[in-house]
Amino acid sequence: MRDTVSFTLNGKTVEVQNPDPTLTLLNWLRQTRSLTGTKEGCAEGDCGACTVVIGDPDRTPHWQALNACIAFLPTLDGKTVISVEGVAKDSKLHPVQRALVEHHGSQCGFCTPGFVMSLYAHYRNDGAVDEETLNDVLAGNLCRCTGYSPIIRAAKAMYDYPKIEDIALAESAKQDTLALSMTCPLTGAGKKYFAPQSLDELAALYADHPEATILAGGTDVGLWVTKKHAVLETLIDIGRVVGFAKISQDKSGLTIGAGTSYAAAHAALGNLHPTLGEMARRIGSTQIRNAGTIGGNIANGSPIGDMPPPLIALGAELVLHKNNTCRRIALEDYFIAYGQQDRTRGEFVESIFVPAPDPATRFAVYKISKRFDQDISALCGAFFVCMKDEKVTEVRFAFGGMAAIPARAKTAEAALIGKEWSENNIRTAMSALAQDFTPLSDMRASADYRLNAAQNLLWKFYLGEDAPYLAREMHHG
Amino acid sequence: MAKFQSVPHDSAHKHVTGEAIYVDDLPCPPGLLHLQPGLSTRAHAKITKLDLSAVRAAPGVVCVLTAKDIPGTNDVSPTGTGDDPVFAVDEVVYAGQAIFAVAATCLAAARHAAALAIIEYEDLPAILTISEARAAKTDLEPEQIMFMGSTEEALRFAQHTLTGNFRVGGQDHFYLESQAAECIPGEDGDMTLTSSTQHPSEVQHLIAHLLNKQSHDVRILVRRMGGGFGGKETQAALIAAMTALATHKTGRPARLVLDRDDDMVMTGKRHDFEIDYKVGFDDTGRLSGIFLDLASRCGCSMDLSAAINDRAMFHADNAYFLNNADITSRRFRTNTVSNTAFRGFGGPQGMIAIERVMDAIALHLGKDPLDVRKVNLYNKMGRDFTPYGQRVMDNVAPQIIEDLERRADYTARREAVRVFNDSHKYVRRGIALTPVKFGISFTTTFLNQAGALVHVYTDGSVHLNHGGTEMGQGLNTKIAQIVAEEFQIDFGKVKITATDTDKVPNTSATAASSGTDLNGMAAQRAAQTIKTRLADFAAKDAGCVSTDVVFKHGHVRAGTKNWTFEALVKAAYLACISLSGAGFYATPDIHYDRKKHTGKPFYYYAYGAAISEVEVDLLTGESKILRVDIVHDVGKSLNPALDIGQIEGGFVQGAGWLTSEELVFDDQGVLRTHAPSTYKIPACSDRPPVFNVTLYEDGENSEETIHKSKAVGEPPLMLAISVFSAITDAVASVGNYKTLPDLHAPATPEAIFRAVTALQEGAET
Repeated sequence: MRDTVSFTLNGKTVEVQNPDPTLTLLNWLRQTRSLTGTKEGCAEGDCGACTVVIGDPDRTPHWQALNACIAFLPTLDGKTVISVEGVAKDSKLHPVQRALVEHHGSQCGFCTPGFVMSLYAHYRNDGAVDEETLNDVLAGNLCRCTGYSPIIRAAKAMYDYPKIEDIALAESAKQDTLALSMTCPLTGAGKKYFAPQSLDELAALYADHPEATILAGGTDVGLWVTKKHAVLETLIDIGRVVGFAKISQDKSGLTIGAGTSYAAAHAALGNLHPTLGEMARRIGSTQIRNAGTIGGNIANGSPIGDMPPPLIALGAELVLHKNNTCRRIALEDYFIAYGQQDRTRGEFVESIFVPAPDPATRFAVYKISKRFDQDISALCGAFFVCMKDEKVTEVRFAFGGMAAIPARAKTAEAALIGKEWSENNIRTAMSALAQDFTPLSDMRASADYRLNAAQNLLWKFYLGEDAPYLAREMHHG
Repeated sequence: MAKFQSVPHDSAHKHVTGEAIYVDDLPCPPGLLHLQPGLSTRAHAKITKLDLSAVRAAPGVVCVLTAKDIPGTNDVSPTGTGDDPVFAVDEVVYAGQAIFAVAATCLAAARHAAALAIIEYEDLPAILTISEARAAKTDLEPEQIMFMGSTEEALRFAQHTLTGNFRVGGQDHFYLESQAAECIPGEDGDMTLTSSTQHPSEVQHLIAHLLNKQSHDVRILVRRMGGGFGGKETQAALIAAMTALATHKTGRPARLVLDRDDDMVMTGKRHDFEIDYKVGFDDTGRLSGIFLDLASRCGCSMDLSAAINDRAMFHADNAYFLNNADITSRRFRTNTVSNTAFRGFGGPQGMIAIERVMDAIALHLGKDPLDVRKVNLYNKMGRDFTPYGQRVMDNVAPQIIEDLERRADYTARREAVRVFNDSHKYVRRGIALTPVKFGISFTTTFLNQAGALVHVYTDGSVHLNHGGTEMGQGLNTKIAQIVAEEFQIDFGKVKITATDTDKVPNTSATAASSGTDLNGMAAQRAAQTIKTRLADFAAKDAGCVSTDVVFKHGHVRAGTKNWTFEALVKAAYLACISLSGAGFYATPDIHYDRKKHTGKPFYYYAYGAAISEVEVDLLTGESKILRVDIVHDVGKSLNPALDIGQIEGGFVQGAGWLTSEELVFDDQGVLRTHAPSTYKIPACSDRPPVFNVTLYEDGENSEETIHKSKAVGEPPLMLAISVFSAITDAVASVGNYKTLPDLHAPATPEAIFRAVTALQEGAET
């Protein structure tokens, strides 16, 4: 029996007795430990001022930046947690810190601890310091003062400073620590927090507690607590289910365990198609991708999740699991209506299967947002087409941001099936998109723009190699 | 002895270790109450029911504050207009207005309780947009007119005339530290507040009024802010007032740190503008005259809108001689949050208006916009009068432009852009050079004053205090450099301390880029007072005259005698010489008649220029900055690294304003972009991938400013207008450079797409 959460913080083991399972790491650090170097800038995982570093020998790379503002304390059990206070050693600045000071990388200083931590994780992973990589490492850290240039100059120079002794990575957590299981949930603040370790346990638990909130990366669930002030009575953390974050590939395609983080899936998705890799790279930020899962992005049924459209276009299937019974459905059929999915009480997403695209097929996915990195799509368009003898034999166009759910453009597809892949027919399909969708106007884009841009994305897809790209996209994909 | 050197920010070490303390990092005093305001969800409505019983009964709640609890004046308006209540009474005038606040033993309890309020409204007609306000004539003050010559006449005889209109959006400050304050009770009802404010004296005075106290009962401390950008000039008072009221009512310490979303809906932003122009010009593009109408959305109250809109008028010339000008300005009240100061303070909106006109003229005449800009620059031959009558005596814009053109290879790159566009159907590039001339001084003339207090302790260490506030700009670092330079001692000997209304009273806001100009001069004078006493003492001791006493490298030499600074200080103390000095400074030689909008409101001008090159995807409207080159004049720099930091940071912030940062209010007047998930400030990859920033080599202030330096806080933001002009240039390629794209700011993908589509459709018809 355990009623404590235990992890190492800045090199020392800490035990927290029966915490409220939805207590965030940020609030615990600041309020309980008086470690106020970690800041709250937004409490929704967007600004990065709260960034801490997690060491986990079971993850690659070992050191991962994380948004403490939406990380629930029990999810850290067994891990190595480093906050900004743990980076310098005996009043000696870490190379990352020295570089930032000497390159004038801080002005108001409020975002700075977050930048320090993102760069610290990168430093400890021996990450590259070219600008493209650094843009990615720091996409989840907003700075309003410097315009980022001095921070990039500092990052490029961080390996030039003498090393100092770093906090060691604690041994793998899996063996003895986390007995947080179905038999002994945490029960702080009258809530229940389960951390099943096997699929069977998870299935049994969820069957017993179908009212529970399934917690994966917490990049969405965290906000229910910090922003909507929801009280989550029962949580089932799927983060410790063995094999749940597994990726496997064979000739038929790619199987992604529902608990796989975007970061872990990135390479495999990029192998399927470069634009799919780029899409995954543009989801959230490094911090968000380290936590958020492919399964979560699907399971929560959001109309603007970025993974469903390309996966639908690729013909992906979901494996849903309930009480040791599995069923397989087309991903597109999972989304029924806004806030409504084909998932029964007690059923959970187990894995996603993405068929390997045939060489005779073409695929691309595009995302349009006000800001290139770390923004939610105004519009996401994914296109898949298979041709034989110059005729379209199979076609799937899927969009996010165009309807209340991620959805296919069936009329546009029908306009092409059996036809030649020609400019005229594409123009007809573009017009047909207007019958498929009646998008909404909101703060991200107007209905008109969404429809027109969706049509142009199809045109872009048709242009293929000749399609326009902005200079910033050249290095990715 | 760090004058003119790139000393790192004095708090840099603390920033990177997390040891720098902001309001919410203060150790919680015993009994601390946490506050959460309850906000209006309606833009304009009568409150028909306000039932707070469930709020009061909620666990952890100690008290609930409403306007009824205020013993003094329910107002935090900065200029005494009486239209900024702390809590709404009977009627709400914007969605996000505070109606009450809960004080509870912990923050979660306060937030939980605040959500339990039962508020019923009866909606009243809401004026949300500038056009609605124009129709309803909701002017906050009479239309202001600034004019020079006879524009009517000039336009009648002009070779060409053009009319047009242009909209430019507002901007949220998005300081990373949201608004925050903490109040600690003292004896006799005294209160000490730590406030994240750019204007501690104003917070002090307003809280005294709020609580029927005198100013000497209230003390405000500011060690640092996590960003300000103008957003904590007046807006901080509301937050501080709530904590003071809670302390007043309960006798307990109280803290309020706004949740990001609350901050964004509750507090004011940059004004959005609608601009109409009619301009006359000759074949070279030189202006003969211009009618310019600037209309802004001020929100629900006056706040600083008068001065902000004045500054828009003052900068509607930017670096150009307008010849004849008729600039009108209307300031509209709307049922939206009251807009406020934001880096540039109206200047950017005025400036982008005239830059838009330059682009319009160039496209009309088929000229390079840079040639049109150059032919209109202020110069000596009778073309050096601003529309408000101030002569431009220190103009270096032509030299800066020439320097920048050469450094950035403008001509060849413009040619390359044209070649690129000829061979690309769906991606287009654009390039633009825009200058900046920005007037330095508060246009409310009496605000141009500052004080400082310097103590020298008997060990030779120095305590420095001044009226300015540190928000990241490095003000404290620069002023410590000035004082170290004056005493000729190490920078590390000067202790920078929190701004404190007990030490320097009646200060002006740290605003208008004036922080170093004003406080630096005051601090230098304070140091000089002590230095003079030390010199007199040394001279007497050495038997020479005071003017022969030399302070150098930590030593003081008088005749044949030589002391370390520390030794002289000790000796002076033993001789009963005062080692404390106050300094005061007021900007000389400025005056302004607001009724006529004429005078010399500015002590001097700061100049700069930028070239931006961008790329635009015509199919989606997405854009990307490819390269930026800047030459900017900071006079003789007090700290090149800090100055370059202001330029780089200001530019990127300005680029955000004009591209990705879009404030969207729905048709009910509710702000829909109230968090970083929906409001997109530039991220790391949005900075220019090639970004060359150079301080103007011959920079030297022609006025007697502190060590001949120039203010740098605001001017660089407006360099980013070059990004907007470059996007305009790229889009104009669609119409073969014959038509001004109907592009408005911010140039989001959608805005660019619309402008592209309009040009394509225009070509088809």
